[in-house]
Amino acid sequence: MKNLIKAKRRDVLKTMVGVASSLFIPKALVAEKAETKNFDWADDSINYNPYEHKWGMGIDINKCIGCGRCSDACKIENDVPKAPFFFRTWVERYHILENGETIIDCPNGAVDGFKKKTEEEDILRSFFVPKLCNHCDNPPCVQVCPVGATFQSADGVVLVDSDYCLGCRYCIQACPYGARFLHPVTKTAEKCTFCYHRIVRGEVPACVEACPTEARIFGEIDEKASPLHRFKRMNTIGVLKPALNTEPKVIYANLDMEVK
Amino acid sequence: MEEIVQHLTPLLKEVTGYIYPNEIELHWGLLVVLYPYLTGLVAGAFILASLVKVFNVKELQPTYRLALLTALAFLVIAPLPLLAHLGHPEKSYEIFLTPNVNSAMAMFGFVYAWYLMAVLLLELWFDFRKDMVIMASESQGLKKWFYKTLTLFSSDISDEAVAFDHKAVKIITIIGIPSAFLLHGYVGFIFGSIKANPWWSSVLMPIVFLFSAIVSGIALVLMLYMIITPLRKKIIDMVCLDKLASYLFYVMIIDFTLEILDFIHRVYESEESIKILASLVQNRLFSSLVIMQVLMGMIIPLLIIAGVKTFKVPAELRKLLYFISAMLVQVGIFSTRWNVVIGGQLFSKSFMGLTTYKMTFFGLEGLFVSIALLIMPFINLWVLIKILKPWRAEDAELAASTPSL
Repeated sequence: MKNLIKAKRRDVLKTMVGVASSLFIPKALVAEKAETKNFDWADDSINYNPYEHKWGMGIDINKCIGCGRCSDACKIENDVPKAPFFFRTWVERYHILENGETIIDCPNGAVDGFKKKTEEEDILRSFFVPKLCNHCDNPPCVQVCPVGATFQSADGVVLVDSDYCLGCRYCIQACPYGARFLHPVTKTAEKCTFCYHRIVRGEVPACVEACPTEARIFGEIDEKASPLHRFKRMNTIGVLKPALNTEPKVIYANLDMEVK
Repeated sequence: MEEIVQHLTPLLKEVTGYIYPNEIELHWGLLVVLYPYLTGLVAGAFILASLVKVFNVKELQPTYRLALLTALAFLVIAPLPLLAHLGHPEKSYEIFLTPNVNSAMAMFGFVYAWYLMAVLLLELWFDFRKDMVIMASESQGLKKWFYKTLTLFSSDISDEAVAFDHKAVKIITIIGIPSAFLLHGYVGFIFGSIKANPWWSSVLMPIVFLFSAIVSGIALVLMLYMIITPLRKKIIDMVCLDKLASYLFYVMIIDFTLEILDFIHRVYESEESIKILASLVQNRLFSSLVIMQVLMGMIIPLLIIAGVKTFKVPAELRKLLYFISAMLVQVGIFSTRWNVVIGGQLFSKSFMGLTTYKMTFFGLEGLFVSIALLIMPFINLWVLIKILKPWRAEDAELAASTPSL
């Protein structure tokens, strides 16, 4: 009898803990169920299941010529404000001087390309680095979002639900890459989505399509039959700020140690 | 849109070195400086009150109720700057409905609600219950009902009931100390846990926040006590004041030690970020950190109080010196908050350049709103003192013992 009461009490406690904790994890439960769910897209022509994909981008620094077509295409495609303070992607120019000094510039995110530097005698090496959201597998922005408005989709893409976003800007502080901004009109956090509206239709992101030298490669990370797989096989690969353990899914070929 | 472009364009010229293109806009401005400053005062005032109840520091009894009411007056204002800085304040309730349990910020609502409801209001209610019952019985009409509502319609002021009140206050204070630590340590954690930002990312951050909070809370209550007592036409209790200054001194030494430890640790480890942080301190933060926070807010008041402790200083001069020290401490702690919040955003996460912060005067993020938010707690305190009459019993006793002329 005593055991029975004990057992019952334990059950009650278990249920209580379960009920109490379920108050805090409805999102996790929903996400688990979604795997088996058929996705209802507003557009009938889309047949896309995020659980069947894992996206990433490869950037070959040696191929980038700094034309800035990617930055421009991104602004047009995603309706990013034209003012030079808001970018989903941009290109940086690096000059490493003979004296070891590093000079970086990025006028207007390279939307208009770069002007030639006048004094070039003391330049040791020089290159361009396209930047965008790294779609980290261990994203600090997702961790800090107080309401879960920033989340990692099943296909690995980090997205922002602007209906939920409070505009607290904690995610902007937490991003080590400066990839986020607050949209001046909607007052919600904004960032690269890998052109999600395009990839669900089987297209590549606008920056990839606009690149004249194929410096940007988009594809499945884990599939063997993917341009990204070949990219990883043929190049020496690096990621930005590896010490922060963010596990970026944007990977770089021929990444210089001076890249910040 | 036009407005923000106009605000940001001139800042481009102020940038030195290279910053990421999205970093021109500084995201946490003056309002977010106010938030840790205000919660710090709350936590500090509460810790001071708990010295009386839990640690039996009898000398501080005259400031006990004042400290508690100060904590409440500031606590109700503390979330306002946060709310005002949100892009969408109307959606802020979502932080309660769908909190992300991994987010430090999501816990804000729960920590705040716990502290307000379970600690501060409860302790105040038990502490003031007897007075409120008496005030209800002594007043008429609407006022009577007002006080009756405040007592939650309890009327028992027998010795046992009052003894229970005292016991309850003590228990709540014991729970309250870790809660106050949680309230402000948690604010420090919001900054300390951002690994992307080397100026913030430090395990010491919550502890430094906590001790600077206690410093600011004691200094504030000291100032309020020195202002309110003459206004009540009473004499300042010098034993109490000396004790307050002593506690202020000891906690400042702990706070300063922690800050120096943080500084030495950074310089000694000399990580990747050290060059840009050194440049930040030497250029952008020199006046607010070296002059205001360390020299004016820490070293000078420490020397003043140390001097008062060493030499025999007459009471009147002591009062003046204590008041000046407490005021300098307030300036120093406000600068501390400024240097953390604003300072942490003045360097690029590329570690290659510095940017600037341009304060605005108008609008929600402007200076005037912040000044209003700093004045509001004092109005709250005035109202609370008017309603709860914290010195009613004391005054009555005094009146009874002094023979009328």
